[in-house]
Amino acid sequence: MLKRVGHPVDEKGAAVAIKDAAFPVPFAPGLEFNSPVHGNWNIVHTGMLMPEARQIYVCADNCMRGVVLTAAEMNAADRFSFVIVKEENLLNGNLEDITIEGVTDVLNKLEEKPKAVLLFTVCLHHFLGCDLERVFQELEERFPEITFIRCYMDPIMQKHGPTPDQKLRKAIYEPLPKRKADEKAVSFLGSDFELGKNADLKRIVRAHQGSFRELPGCKNWEDYLALSEGKLFVSSYPPSKYGAEVLSKRLKRPYLYLPGSFDYEEITAQLENFCQAMGYGKLEETISVEEEIAACERALEKAHEVIGDTAVAIDYLYHPRPLGLAKLLLTHGFRVTRIYLDSISPEEKEEFGWLKEHAPEIQLIATIQVKMRVLPRKSDEKILAIGQKAAWFTGSPYFVNMVQGGGLYGFDGIRRTAELMVEAFTEEKDTEDLVVRKGWGCESCI
Amino acid sequence: MRQSYRIIPIYTADVSGVCSALYELGGMTVMHDPSGCNSTYNTHDEIRWYDQDSLIYISGLTEIDAIMGNDQKFLDDIKEAARELHPKFIALAGSPIPYMNGTDFPALAQVLEEETGIPAFAVPTNGMHDYVYGAGIALEEIAKRFTGEKTGRIQARTVNLLGVTPLDFGPVSHVEVLKENLKACGWKVLSTWAMGDEPDAFLQAGEAEVNLVVSSVGLRAAKVLEEKFGTPYVVGTPIGSYTERIAKALEEKEQISYRKDRMQGRKDRKVTLIGEPVIMESLAAGIEEKYDCRVEVLCPLEETDGLLADGDRWVHGEEEMEEALKAAEIIVADPLYKPICPKNCEFYELPHIAFSGRIYLKKLPVLGKLV
Repeated sequence: MLKRVGHPVDEKGAAVAIKDAAFPVPFAPGLEFNSPVHGNWNIVHTGMLMPEARQIYVCADNCMRGVVLTAAEMNAADRFSFVIVKEENLLNGNLEDITIEGVTDVLNKLEEKPKAVLLFTVCLHHFLGCDLERVFQELEERFPEITFIRCYMDPIMQKHGPTPDQKLRKAIYEPLPKRKADEKAVSFLGSDFELGKNADLKRIVRAHQGSFRELPGCKNWEDYLALSEGKLFVSSYPPSKYGAEVLSKRLKRPYLYLPGSFDYEEITAQLENFCQAMGYGKLEETISVEEEIAACERALEKAHEVIGDTAVAIDYLYHPRPLGLAKLLLTHGFRVTRIYLDSISPEEKEEFGWLKEHAPEIQLIATIQVKMRVLPRKSDEKILAIGQKAAWFTGSPYFVNMVQGGGLYGFDGIRRTAELMVEAFTEEKDTEDLVVRKGWGCESCI
Repeated sequence: MRQSYRIIPIYTADVSGVCSALYELGGMTVMHDPSGCNSTYNTHDEIRWYDQDSLIYISGLTEIDAIMGNDQKFLDDIKEAARELHPKFIALAGSPIPYMNGTDFPALAQVLEEETGIPAFAVPTNGMHDYVYGAGIALEEIAKRFTGEKTGRIQARTVNLLGVTPLDFGPVSHVEVLKENLKACGWKVLSTWAMGDEPDAFLQAGEAEVNLVVSSVGLRAAKVLEEKFGTPYVVGTPIGSYTERIAKALEEKEQISYRKDRMQGRKDRKVTLIGEPVIMESLAAGIEEKYDCRVEVLCPLEETDGLLADGDRWVHGEEEMEEALKAAEIIVADPLYKPICPKNCEFYELPHIAFSGRIYLKKLPVLGKLV
């Protein structure tokens, strides 16, 4: 039985026309709602990318339940263990001991030791001033054959510093050793997904007989260690930037941040930088920008022929640049009516200004604001949703099912988006079955 | 080591228990926590989240507010949300950091009640206990504050079902089977705590002839209702053919009938059940009666006082459970226990949302039809 609760509410405070929106936070902070859309990756999913490693968490029951069942749902419970923190551990001040002895106990019970342990400590360790140096030193002495990686599940810190997600994307590269650079290799860091085989960067590297290395493609520990051999480090997913910069400094290797973009000029500039850094010469010697753009235009035109004047809703989970995508679609005749987001990336300040001027009535709609629990989630007209959150909030079965930019990049990413839009428009999906699954792209046993 | 777990998960925690118990009552439940509690709850512990609205939120506690003891933002945010959403009550649930800080939740609830005019209460959770504790106290508060005054009127052969949440019983259609089982034995259900009823159903709870505690979640509320209205309570779950025995207990006001019914003194244990004490004990009694087969119950949840039959045990942690299962021949438990069961045992799956979350939702048994 479906029920609506509470008093009738209006959208005020949860939705705003972009012409009236503040940058970078259009909505007042307050209590937070969490929608039933779970395709985004969390620290468990990302940690599982590390081959031959085991994750061990040390925290209280409630925090633990979310991560242990994440592992179970992705059929990876056999790579996950934990130590429960009890009230007496807080009162007795023996968090160091319980962490050391608990992790030791888990590792002693394993028939085969992992190459690495991602050891996650939590807010409680931080607040109690737990001596993590002592914890790790002791564990490293007890298990010298295992690499212990310092990971954090401390969301209480995330509004004033790096998020646990950002810190993890730094930590998982900390074991990489200093190795001689392979002049043919590029190491692509910090993404949860392998780039599509036709992604611009991969095509360019392939054209120069180079190798493209990325964590999601690593099958074993040696593959992982070889990530340190890239002549150039590259990342494109915004939360990866912090960790990739740190790694670049530590291994003294050049690094380029080439964020996924929907702007032809920005993509071109990124690819030129990349070619220069790799010593490939001018970009035009490898691919024709003119032809790339023409192919994008054809893909967008074809999509528009199919989708026409149908309302389009975009969410921030589909891609870190939702405003850039909106601008691209609007300039190609699509009717973008709403964008679901809670804040605007500093990387999109220019697009925000452009949309204010050229599409002032576009609605920015929050996803965590309290009213979003009870506002209507259906529409009388057909809506093409780009992203899982847009699908749930609009109640649309016509949606592009992808998160965090998937493996899209560059001109190819634009073309793939256009193709996915056509597919989504023509093929109805089971929204409830798809969006509630954790970690899009991971195995899901629910 | 009791606190380390190699392979099995843990049960739903107290914070989620509060939310689950209060989900359908028209209130607003606020978890005071930075982030994870909300996602954990609505992903793994709440099967109604997709399409049944409930005002359950998280405060988004930050490091600086925790250190500075800034409760004002918490209060202001709740007041703002209440002003917009008009909940019937406000419930506050704490997590580890507010517990460590000594946040005075009862005082905050009092301030909220005075300043909004909306009834408010706190449930003393800290994310370190299991759901029975959190859900139990939440329903206890409902019993204290939202059941009206004693009228002296008693409706014959009526019961309230206490301790019903999806965490133990699954979707509301499964709960209907429990009601049908009782109806077939001549008992009418006045209210179900807390699934499938309108919130006003609680106002007539004091008119029930007897309360039936169908899971340990309902025990605290039963004690309050006994004190407030003089309503006696019976502990047991109306599972299949065992419902007739429950019906007899209701008539005789026999508080925990299954403890008498369980086979005594026999050592030939064949079947081992793992799970929530009231449901598993009732199931065990039903199995013993139907199959003349001795059953052992292992309970991994905290609140078992007086609820387990002689010889059954509270077992804490993975290591102790693995040890307790070593000699088991037939095990009936949630599938996620399987990795620590003996390889040569017969294992029968009995998925339990409070343990494996939504993973086996499609295979969830209807408890009321089990024996």
